[in-house]
Amino acid sequence: MNEKLMNEKKEKQLAARLQQSLTPMDRELNRELWPQMLRRLNIDEREIDERAPGRQWLAVLFSPAALSSVPWFDWALLAVLVVGVCIFPKSIPIWLYHL
Amino acid sequence: MELLEQRPKVLAQFAAGELEAFETLFRQFQQEVYGWIVRIVRDPAAAEDLTVETFWRIYRAHARFDPDRSFGAWARRIASNVAIDYLKTAQARETQLSVSLPEESMQASLAGDPARQHGAIQNPAIQREVRERTQLAFQQLPAKLRAVAALALIEECPHSEIAEALNISTAAVKSRLFRAVRLLRNKLGNLDSSL
Repeated sequence: MNEKLMNEKKEKQLAARLQQSLTPMDRELNRELWPQMLRRLNIDEREIDERAPGRQWLAVLFSPAALSSVPWFDWALLAVLVVGVCIFPKSIPIWLYHL
Repeated sequence: MELLEQRPKVLAQFAAGELEAFETLFRQFQQEVYGWIVRIVRDPAAAEDLTVETFWRIYRAHARFDPDRSFGAWARRIASNVAIDYLKTAQARETQLSVSLPEESMQASLAGDPARQHGAIQNPAIQREVRERTQLAFQQLPAKLRAVAALALIEECPHSEIAEALNISTAAVKSRLFRAVRLLRNKLGNLDSSL
């Protein structure tokens, strides 16, 4: 019990010394950090995109702008292909082999 | 009041990964997180960067957040980990540069009879040196002990609050504090006969 009190006393003395020696900290944040946070998030997203170019390619491929730029005869060709596959499903392995 | 009513909705939206909800929480908690970090690292510029780092980790971990629990307590735990990681790397850097104060000069001046010791303590140069040595001893504490010492001894935070923020038990806080005090007393040695 005595030792405990002794330790507490020493702890208090040490605390007083530290409080005297270390300058008090201003806990108020003096500026808005959201712009810095946004920059960090943008950098993070860019890094993810750079690390996964496949995902970027897919995003471009399926964007509305990319889809609207496809010529009409390509869509027609795709439709013929889909209809052909539906009529002759056994041709699927042949198409897959050629792809 | 309106914010408090909206909070569960905002927390659910944040957990779903919505950036707007994250921005709302960021603006609401940035001050609290910064205040907590600056108490541990004791460097305002570093604390600003670490606040951003904390919220970046929070944003990345949004899917793991449970909207029924306290966002503030969760953010504080992440902030504590970020601050301790910073102290560890800063300490490694400081060790490489290793600035050490002359060991003998002051201890020699403080050793001996009490009258001489009292005179030395009154001397502004000695006082400055005592302060510098105390700061150095504090900076040299291992990161986990330094965080507890800063919060308990300097900031006088309750042990239960420190335990919750560091995700450890109150007994572990007391144990770390005891080790920190012992290390500081060993390092400060003869500076004060009462220690």
